Amino acid sequence: MTDSPAAAQPVVEMEHVDKFFGDLHVLNDINLTVRAGEVVVVIGPSGSGKSTLCRTINRLEGINSGTIKVAGEVLPEEGRELARLRSRVGMVFQSFNLFAHKTVLENVTLGPVKVKKSGTEDAKKRGMELLERVGVANQAAKYPAQLSGGQQQRVAIARALAMDPMVMLFDEPTSALDPEMVNEVLDVMVGLAQRGMTMIVVTHEMGFARKAADRVVFMSDGQIVEEADPESFFTRPQSTRARDFLSKILTH
Amino acid sequence: MERLMQMLSDYNVLAAFWTTIQLTVYGAIGALVLGTIVAVMRVSPVAVFSRAAALWTNVILYTPLTLIAFFFAFGVLIKMNIRLLPEPPATLLDQHFAMGVVAIAVYHSSLVAEALRSGINTVPLGQAEAARALGLGFGQSLREVILPQAFRGAIAPLGSTLIALCKNTTVVATISVTEAAALMKSMIEFYSDLIVPIFVIMVTGFVILTLPLGMFFTWWSKRAAVLR
Ligand SMILES: Nc1ncnc2c1ncn2[C@@H]1O[C@H](COP(=O)(O)OP(=O)(O)OP(=O)(O)O)[C@@H](O)[C@H]1O
Ligand SMILES: [Mg+2]
Repeated sequence: MTDSPAAAQPVVEMEHVDKFFGDLHVLNDINLTVRAGEVVVVIGPSGSGKSTLCRTINRLEGINSGTIKVAGEVLPEEGRELARLRSRVGMVFQSFNLFAHKTVLENVTLGPVKVKKSGTEDAKKRGMELLERVGVANQAAKYPAQLSGGQQQRVAIARALAMDPMVMLFDEPTSALDPEMVNEVLDVMVGLAQRGMTMIVVTHEMGFARKAADRVVFMSDGQIVEEADPESFFTRPQSTRARDFLSKILTH
Repeated sequence: MERLMQMLSDYNVLAAFWTTIQLTVYGAIGALVLGTIVAVMRVSPVAVFSRAAALWTNVILYTPLTLIAFFFAFGVLIKMNIRLLPEPPATLLDQHFAMGVVAIAVYHSSLVAEALRSGINTVPLGQAEAARALGLGFGQSLREVILPQAFRGAIAPLGSTLIALCKNTTVVATISVTEAAALMKSMIEFYSDLIVPIFVIMVTGFVILTLPLGMFFTWWSKRAAVLR
């Protein structure tokens, strides 16, 4: 990492973002800038809006007011432009969401072939490299259901990486996994962070936050209540809400 | 026995079943194409499309096939004089046949659309989101991710629909298409002493057509099932 994160280009900029589900104010005046190479961990109680925040960044959820820019460009409304932008924002879901009827390798090559219009052979070659990198190259010909949860999630990461994303969004990537599989996924993510990938990660894994995050963002009731470097946040949380929350997750 | 041979030489049972098979094949292709379009419209984000598709499905699902067949044969063909085949070489009987195919396709499209919709519902929503997140458009997501799985999940109900369609082709006997049921009616009229053998012959014909279909679709739906 050569540049200090503060000097780098902003990749994601959220300004005064509000979002409602009916009467529920799920995102309340969110302001968040994530710069190239930064790793931001989003943490907070259930229902605080972490998933929604993630999902607005590639417009899987629309917003009611405010602006969201990716690489300096305001998110397009719908259609081709939006699809083009989404293709540069990688997303990894809690439930993996691999395409069940496609092999592991086909999962990874679908985006490059259909969206980026890469040649099939190139896509396969690059797909195998990525599967190698996340440690599941030997499973390339299998179907998702034949893999363990940890392997599936690593395939999902490779699938997102295949699009050469500018930023990767992770929504609780390890919380659906058996405990013994959590680390194999976190290791891949730490590796990505070290290679300089810009990442927004919703997770309660403090080990990961300490090891890889530049910043922790604490959300509660749709608001960003606190932002700090991981060490300060976990040892000296400023707000009562963060203290309450941390005392609850630390006792488990 | 002699009477039976006499009857079989008077009536071409095989030709009648051939007509049944043709009605089934063309009707099924039409129903599959139309039903797929309706199912896709049904899940499309455009409200007008999805409402139109829901209306189509529900109206047709609750309308008797006979009514639809009468509408196309006596309404569209005879009264409005709309002909689907170039004439000549097509005869008026061929025009009736074509309208029969249309009626069968239209009627069963609603069943196909419902089968596909149930298949689409077996595909977890997360996969559609993952496809969108990769940058695939609505059409690409459908083609690459949703429909291939939906069809596999819908093989069993589509098989039942095909069997029902094959049996329902008998309805077009009422619009002067000489398929199996029309032949049966006229055989009974002139060989009333052979009612039981006639019935057995016709039932056997339909069983030969539908039973293997049923077995094939059961086998296929197991084989193609998507591992989850
Ligand atoms: N599609 C939706 N329609 C209505 N309400 C929703 C929808 N999605 C989420 N919500 C509500 O919005 C709030 C924020 O949800 P969100 O999933 O963003 O929270 P979260 O912080 O990710 O929680 P968790 O830790 O449980 O995943 C919750 O109260 C949730 O019930
Ligand atoms: Mg969540």
